[in-house]
Amino acid sequence: MIGLEHYLVVGTVLFVLGVLGIFLNRKNVIVILMSIELILLAVNINLVAFSSALGDLTGQIFAMFVLTVAAGEAAIGLAILVIYFRGRGTIAVDSVDRLKG
Amino acid sequence: MIQVLAFYLFAALTIASAVLVISARNPVHSVLWLIVAFFNAAGLMVLAGAEFIAMLLVIVYVGAVAVLFLFVVMMLDIDFSELRAGFVRNFPLGLLIALVLLAELVFGIGAYQAGRIELATGTADQVTAMADSNIAAIGQVLYGQYLFLFESAGIILLVAMIGAIVLTHRDRKDTRPQNIGKQIRRRPGEATRNVKPEIGQGVQL
Repeated sequence: MIGLEHYLVVGTVLFVLGVLGIFLNRKNVIVILMSIELILLAVNINLVAFSSALGDLTGQIFAMFVLTVAAGEAAIGLAILVIYFRGRGTIAVDSVDRLKG
Repeated sequence: MIQVLAFYLFAALTIASAVLVISARNPVHSVLWLIVAFFNAAGLMVLAGAEFIAMLLVIVYVGAVAVLFLFVVMMLDIDFSELRAGFVRNFPLGLLIALVLLAELVFGIGAYQAGRIELATGTADQVTAMADSNIAAIGQVLYGQYLFLFESAGIILLVAMIGAIVLTHRDRKDTRPQNIGKQIRRRPGEATRNVKPEIGQGVQL
């Protein structure tokens, strides 16, 4: 029988894969953004699973808000990526040093 | 039984496509695997009884975000093989951090299963009962209890949209946009003239 734990395991694995993706593709901003999307998807799966397990719709409402923030983040992130590429001709994260940080 | 099969199918496909997202050589393939992952996650959510979020996932992620990624990946002309140079070098560190995170999360789930820690004896208030239709129930909660949060989500989207437009907008000098005011100000007297040419002389412009 499928219980809450199964969903939590799927969410966990997705989350860890997202973090691993950030570390593996440290040069490619596009894949880093996609890894962030995977992490947010893991969060959504957790929220929906708990919502279903507790019989409380609040989890699904918050999953919707997470979705909203993820969409805004993708739009802004890709816009920054486009203007960065326009100015530099590359999207490698290593060369993001204009602020000397 | 069919639910168990469906769950394992969706879960396995979600995780497999997530692995391919982070390991694909070509970012276009990564985006396509991301779409597969989102579809299967939507399937998982349908199994959990959250049809509305599942549909939202398909519409928002597959329809908007993934297409946005695809456009950007295809618009930028980048040598992606160079960007993957650090892949092997970063692999041990990344794997270590991923394993530490996984261990922590497994401990967390194990502790959760062992029973919760009694921090307070209060009961969860405002537990909304699942109505017969998921969408109707979400609408009740979303437009009632969470109305302000819903509207601030709209403001977040508006700010994101304006931000993306402002960031990527540039004035191009080599285009000739329509100047509506100039067009309307133009009068027949300054644009045309009557001439009466001699026969055989032609018109001097």
